[in-house]
Amino acid sequence: MIAALHVLDPFCTWLAATPLSQAIQTVEWIIPAVQTVHILCVASVMSSVLMIDLRLLGIGTRGQTLESVASRFLPFIWWPLPVLLVTGATLIVAEPTRSLENSVFVLKMALLLGAVAVTLIFSLPLRRDASFWELTTARRGAARLLAAVSLPLWAAIIFAGRWIAYTQVS
Amino acid sequence: MLDSWLQALQDLALPTAIREGDGLFPWIEGVHVLALSLVIGSIAIVDLRLLGMASRELSVRQTTAGTLPVTWCAFALAAISGGLLFSSNATTYAHNVFFQIKLLLIAVAGLNMLAFHLLVGRGAHAWLTVQDTPLRGRLVGALSLALWILVVACGRWIGFTLNAVT
Repeated sequence: MIAALHVLDPFCTWLAATPLSQAIQTVEWIIPAVQTVHILCVASVMSSVLMIDLRLLGIGTRGQTLESVASRFLPFIWWPLPVLLVTGATLIVAEPTRSLENSVFVLKMALLLGAVAVTLIFSLPLRRDASFWELTTARRGAARLLAAVSLPLWAAIIFAGRWIAYTQVS
Repeated sequence: MLDSWLQALQDLALPTAIREGDGLFPWIEGVHVLALSLVIGSIAIVDLRLLGMASRELSVRQTTAGTLPVTWCAFALAAISGGLLFSSNATTYAHNVFFQIKLLLIAVAGLNMLAFHLLVGRGAHAWLTVQDTPLRGRLVGALSLALWILVVACGRWIGFTLNAVT
């Protein structure tokens, strides 16, 4: 555990006592329902990342251009993210200390920033030029590298998410 | 009878290690979440195409060709990891109503998929555009989406109802 996270103690105590937090804690179906939506959004992101990465690595999805694959699946990476943020925040409001003072949660957020950065690095050049990653050998190699990095990064976020529940905050 | 079999299963070395070990259960759970996210996402890609809500410029066949290998590999991984999690507390899970419903829903979703590939989907090679996709194709897609969403919900509810089972 990161001891410095205890600086959040007063905030977490206050948040857990708010009527909103109390309501989420008391109404039994809210947390599993919110987690269900969270997992469905994770499914959208992970599968879309995999489909794009498989195309970049040249596995499967033959006969389809990178441009077509990227335009089909990038929206299914981006639009679930706000929903993931809202559902994730709801779970934090329910049990602030369990997540905010948890070093695995901090790791998960760091991994998330990395994964979003990698996805931006891939998708932003496509806005100006849809064939950007296919123009030179160097760019094709760089795109393959992004694919090889992004999949383990997103997968690590899932593992960290599960481990939050098993890491005791003392 | 069934309970004694389940008890014997969870007394085996590996299920015991998963139950009592420090890190095995969460790691296997991580694999399970990763695998199921790919199962549901890859199936949803086809469902949304059948419903005309995504991949509209592709034929149904092109859509399934890209996703089916992912679906099968991920399903195998989800079934193995799920089986390992089940084995660690077999007697408890087997009596959980959400676990029972979840298995039933997966079976129905499997039959729905089978029906699509064997019966409904005959002539699916002709479903080139969204307009070509007949109502029965859309119905299969809608049913599949609904079933898999319920499977995820049941999976989550198992975790919150285990203590109530005695």
